[in-house]
Amino acid sequence: MTDIPFLSLAIWVPILGGLLVLATGSDRNAPLARVLSLAVAVAGFVVTIPLYTGFDASTSAMQFVELQSWIPRFNINYHLGIDGISVLFLLLNAFITIIVVMAGWQVIEEKVAQYMAAFLIMSGLMNGIFSALDGVLFYVFFEASLIPLYLVIGIWGGPNRVYAAIKFFLYTLLGSLLMLIALLYLFMQSGGSFSILDWHQLPLPIEPQVLIFLAFLIAFGVKVPMWPVHTWLPDAHVEAPTGGSVVLAAIALKLGAYGFLRFSMPIVPDASQQLAPVVITLSLIAVIYIGFVALVQTDMKKLVAYSSISHMGFVTLGFFMFNQLGIEGALVQMISHGFVSGAMFLCIGVLYDRVHSRQIADYGGVVHTMPKFAAFFMLFAMANSGLPATSGFVGEFMVVLGAVEYNFWVGFAAATTLILGAAYTLWMYKRVVFGKVANDHVAELEDLNAREFAFLGILALCVLAMGLYPFPFTEVMHASVDELLRHVAVSKL
Amino acid sequence: MNFVVPDFYPASAEIFVALMALVIMLASTFARGVRWLGYALTQVTLIAAAFITIFTMQGEVSYTFSNLFVSDLMGGFLKLVIYFSMAVALLYGRGYLADRNIDKPEYYLLALLMTLGMMVMVTSNHMLPMYIGLEMMSLALYTMVAFDRDSGRSTEAAMKYFVLGALASGLLLYGMSMVYGATGTLEFSGIAQSVYNQASNQTVLMFGLVFLVAGISFKLGVVPFHMWVPDVYQGAPTAVTLVIATAPKLAAFAMAMRLLVWGLFDVAQQWQTMLMFVAVASIALGNVAAIAQQNIKRMLAYSGISHMGFVVLGLLSGVVEGDRHFALNAYSSAMFYAIAYVIMSLASFGMVILLSRAGFEAENIEDFKGLNKRSPWFALMMMFVMFSMAGIPFFIGFFAKLSVLQAVVAAGYFWLAVVAVVMSVIGAFYYLRVVKVMYFDAPDDTSAIHAPAELRVLLSANGLAIAALGLAPQMLMSLCAYALLASL
Repeated sequence: MTDIPFLSLAIWVPILGGLLVLATGSDRNAPLARVLSLAVAVAGFVVTIPLYTGFDASTSAMQFVELQSWIPRFNINYHLGIDGISVLFLLLNAFITIIVVMAGWQVIEEKVAQYMAAFLIMSGLMNGIFSALDGVLFYVFFEASLIPLYLVIGIWGGPNRVYAAIKFFLYTLLGSLLMLIALLYLFMQSGGSFSILDWHQLPLPIEPQVLIFLAFLIAFGVKVPMWPVHTWLPDAHVEAPTGGSVVLAAIALKLGAYGFLRFSMPIVPDASQQLAPVVITLSLIAVIYIGFVALVQTDMKKLVAYSSISHMGFVTLGFFMFNQLGIEGALVQMISHGFVSGAMFLCIGVLYDRVHSRQIADYGGVVHTMPKFAAFFMLFAMANSGLPATSGFVGEFMVVLGAVEYNFWVGFAAATTLILGAAYTLWMYKRVVFGKVANDHVAELEDLNAREFAFLGILALCVLAMGLYPFPFTEVMHASVDELLRHVAVSKL
Repeated sequence: MNFVVPDFYPASAEIFVALMALVIMLASTFARGVRWLGYALTQVTLIAAAFITIFTMQGEVSYTFSNLFVSDLMGGFLKLVIYFSMAVALLYGRGYLADRNIDKPEYYLLALLMTLGMMVMVTSNHMLPMYIGLEMMSLALYTMVAFDRDSGRSTEAAMKYFVLGALASGLLLYGMSMVYGATGTLEFSGIAQSVYNQASNQTVLMFGLVFLVAGISFKLGVVPFHMWVPDVYQGAPTAVTLVIATAPKLAAFAMAMRLLVWGLFDVAQQWQTMLMFVAVASIALGNVAAIAQQNIKRMLAYSGISHMGFVVLGLLSGVVEGDRHFALNAYSSAMFYAIAYVIMSLASFGMVILLSRAGFEAENIEDFKGLNKRSPWFALMMMFVMFSMAGIPFFIGFFAKLSVLQAVVAAGYFWLAVVAVVMSVIGAFYYLRVVKVMYFDAPDDTSAIHAPAELRVLLSANGLAIAALGLAPQMLMSLCAYALLASL
């Protein structure tokens, strides 16, 4: 392994690049800002590739570790490292950033530099979250990543953007501040260490474990989001510009789920085991109830937002059954959902850019005017409903298998998502794409241009590749998930 | 009579500032035509005083003037921050005062006398100089608030400030006299000795303690002695608000340290309980009331109340069931918070001054509308300040909150920490609203911002410092801990 600090590069290349883009200033330099951001986004992706190619899948130990003292007063370290659980998210994040920059290329005309910079900085911060091994460092990235998303929703969002942006911010802030107290408690109990790996080994009595678990549950549950604290998500999605929705769905939601794996389960395993039925119940409610809620939406973005909540319910369900299939399935589901939900929002963005409406009722017969688009949309819709041979199937199937192993009725309830998901997605698809051309707007639609074709095409390839040959994705996580399960099985009392 | 010449050396900075105040007084009489003279002399004095303080600072604690005066690292460090904050505040305010034609030399004379008062407070080892320093600071401030004498609002604010301030001074004096009655001495170390030996009358001592806490609370501007804060902040000329909202908080912090920690440490359990109420009420009221404000100075006033509540939180986490080894951690976190607040407060009122011009006060939150269109750079700076105050990383405000909460959790007051963070979430709302107004709304007034170059440069530096200190807070944190180490 080389000594190049790839993780630091993955964090700081986009952030510093983002600042550089910001420095291009006013909209007179918009073309420069666009090109520069694409270059930064690509560079940001390139520096994450060695993380995968150089990754040793045979060990569960942290890799690419960087450790430097940051604030010795409180023993806070700049401590980075990745394992099989986190490595894929860095790649996904850097990849999605490129897509987002491409998607905003022509659509964003005002304050281009600020828009692009916000996404680049956010991408760097999120890489920080996935690779931080120090509690405070994690928290700092976790919180700081709220700022760019708040601005993105608020500045470039829809009519009700202010409400959505503030709601998004406050919901997440409340959760994470409670987590901060839990982190401080762990700091005290561990005799002055903020290292997450130290905390993994820290014995704790059951009462504090439960309280810490609840603090984490609120923090990460809001972020995932789990029922009943999910209400910020549909608002945020509907108001956010397309790029914001994509990042929110593809990456931001994964942060909460990732937190469960990195914090809740290994730090407080006993409480996690004891309270698993609560999480499983909440997850099933999300899967089934939110699935029905999605069915009745009239706004496409809202529909996909609810479908995201439902899919993320699948993820938390997979985690808390504590078996290999469940956790790996959930991780695969997270990656797949990153591609699919991102693609769904991009498709809706393509329509919105032309018609400026997200209402299902304003469309119909799009296939007649946009055949290429309809084909892509079809693929992503199928993936969203979990059709075999698409990425959506792999994760869902694994989680359902894991659930049946855990308890037949849980598996049964979880499996209804395959019906519900197909129902709401395909019904929406049918109303938007098929039928007669509904109105003049639809009649005047132009099919995809080269740029749109490019980013949808890339995503389509990813979705298919992951559906047909998921091995490269699951291979890297085996060792780490194994180790996690072994660790969780040992009581810390 | 046995007359001993006192050791003047540790007090060189105070003596120098007092002399320079006299020089400025003369200059303002005999060289009235030279408008910049008062300002320039004051800045020179502050800088020179900083050098003198650095050179006379000693690692160990030493006393002089019959133990009335103490020289230690905590005092020296706080004095340095006070000079710094006064110098920045005067620089920010200069153009504002000139636009309103009130940049008289007397203003700077008062500012310097006020600085001297704070210096005396910070270095006193005795109730008497503590009180004298406090009055010197307060009287100068009352006058500064009323400096725009044609403005009815300023005069009203000054009257309010004076009447309530005099009342608080009365309470404080009353408390001091009771402590004197209980312990038989006015010197802090003597009081501590007497309390430690339990030689004092507990009932009288407790009564005295209550009044002392009341006096300190008034000067910090915390609930239930906060009523003056919003009115005075709003009524005073912004340049003066800037002064009130910064350095005096540090002096009040020093007062709390000297009176409560130095003098009455052995009854810490008692005053900690009082401060608990003060802290929770301040954080709650400050954050909730700030939401309703349309005037940004008033909003910042309420936000200041809640920030001071956090400082008090740090102060009350020092002793747990007689166990003192949390003390350094807790008090240094409170000090760090106070200094962080001063830095943020300077920038926030500096922004208000930046947007104001002759005949126009940028007082309402609405006046920040669309700042991102008018000046993306300063919108970014203001955003730094707002997120920092809300306690969002990577800004200094986050690390200030982190260190205080860490002390609170270490002391085992989980419920206090939970209340504090829940209230912080409520508080985040109004900071977010300012960001919303700047970034999400279209400007009513699209004119470019005119401000003196030095204000722009320094304000940018201030905003960047908030971010830079957030990325590397270690230095300031350890300075606070180091300064307190020898003084505890």
